[in-house]
Amino acid sequence: MGGEGLMAESVLSISGIEKTFHGEGEDCPALSGVSFDVASGEIVCIMGPSGCGKSTLLRIVGGLERADKGSINSPSGLLGEGPSVAMIFQDHALFPWLSVEENIIYGLRLSAQKIPDTEMQRRVDDLLSLIHLTSFARSLPHELSGGMKQRVSVARALAIRPSILLMDEPFSALDIFTRRELEDEILRIRQELKTTILMVTHNPEEAVYIADRIIILSERPGVVAGIITVTLPHPRSPADPDFIRIREEVAGRVKGRNEVGCAIQHE
Amino acid sequence: MVLISKQKVREYGKGLAVIALLLVAWECAALVIDNNYILPSLTEIAEVLLHPAQPVLGGESLIANTLVSLKEVLTGFFCAAALAIPVGLLIGWSTEVQAYLNPAIQILRPIPPIAWMPFAIAWFGIGINSILFIIALGAFFPILINTVDGVRGIRVRWIEVAEMFHATTFEKLRTVVLPGAFPRIWTGMRVSFAIAWMCVVAAEMLPGTTAGLGFLIMYAYNLGQLDVIGAGMVVIGIIGLGADMLFRAGQARFFSWEGKD
Repeated sequence: MGGEGLMAESVLSISGIEKTFHGEGEDCPALSGVSFDVASGEIVCIMGPSGCGKSTLLRIVGGLERADKGSINSPSGLLGEGPSVAMIFQDHALFPWLSVEENIIYGLRLSAQKIPDTEMQRRVDDLLSLIHLTSFARSLPHELSGGMKQRVSVARALAIRPSILLMDEPFSALDIFTRRELEDEILRIRQELKTTILMVTHNPEEAVYIADRIIILSERPGVVAGIITVTLPHPRSPADPDFIRIREEVAGRVKGRNEVGCAIQHE
Repeated sequence: MVLISKQKVREYGKGLAVIALLLVAWECAALVIDNNYILPSLTEIAEVLLHPAQPVLGGESLIANTLVSLKEVLTGFFCAAALAIPVGLLIGWSTEVQAYLNPAIQILRPIPPIAWMPFAIAWFGIGINSILFIIALGAFFPILINTVDGVRGIRVRWIEVAEMFHATTFEKLRTVVLPGAFPRIWTGMRVSFAIAWMCVVAAEMLPGTTAGLGFLIMYAYNLGQLDVIGAGMVVIGIIGLGADMLFRAGQARFFSWEGKD
């Protein structure tokens, strides 16, 4: 089961995004006219050389950064109706003073969400079982392993029922086994909840393993340099010759080193 | 419940040995000097301590005086915290507020609270209000400075998570900044409590007070009762130690997450 058949409507339309960071002395152009669409229920990976503005693009979609030019909108009207975008960061970014359960419920308790308490608890219970951490509901984040923390972070993002889940190199800090486990979990969650996912990664294998489409950005300032559609059926095997062929193609197109003498730091 | 390891016992043992040594030295010196007006013997001090509910020097008991001081400290301390925490959150949060307030704070902070006593008496009169003012003043700055530092130490990423969920500014302060800064605020409160405790004793020594440990010490001095002074000092030390232990226990209990990610 891939994204085929789910490509009906576009849930996110990114057009002409430009962004320049104004540092001390010199300007640092990050994105110059990035455009693409994401279909409902699709998993899209963004790849590109280091520093090409991948994370910046994701942060603009997530509302954490403003674009200088361009627009982000949703033809289906899902965006703009309350918080419908949720982001997962490379570091789990859990609140260390809140239990697993309280972290998941965090977004729901804010005034931006108007959800009855019983509904909140139901969602948390569902999510805890979705990420297989029901017995850790009362634990603090520092009592969990790295992979478990990132799963809580995923659950926290899913709690607000986002129409799009944004993931910024979510598994790059994890070991390879935990990583594959979480990739499978993301695929399962997409299957169950029909979540649309836009994910930045620097790992070609990860992209080919989970994506329906891979968008490749050029060196900074980033523009869309290519789009690769992956139609292999799930579960995909990294040992499959077709898989390897696509992975090599992706790896070959993500190249070029960033020679511009400025760096973008998002913490 | 709490299991004390052998290592802990050995550690405490070392500390207790030094205390025992100091007590022996004191007692020997008192025997040699043999003058109550210079150095009261430990037995005389213990005599006062062992009858804490009896009237001392024709006035209130040791317990009653201790309670007076404790009540003053707690009142002044909570007033200080109630003001210092919100102000500290604002200064830490907004560079604009910081720009306005920081210079004034840096000038006022090094002034010893006791130096304000004449003004305090002029403004609030002799008595409890002046004492409370001095205590609150002494307790205010450590809480304030630690709150500001705590807010500064908040991870930007935590704030971004709150923003991603469309938290309002007040919600960001309440759900991220305050809890995230709380371990530092707690440290500030621990330092403040010790300062408040010193302030109360000093403030009570001034003329016009009629109760409290500081008063008792000064009154005993006027009557030449050095054993009562010694007893008062022991109580001050023990309460200071006890409060510090409580704060430490609170730290271990509530902020086990601090510094762990």
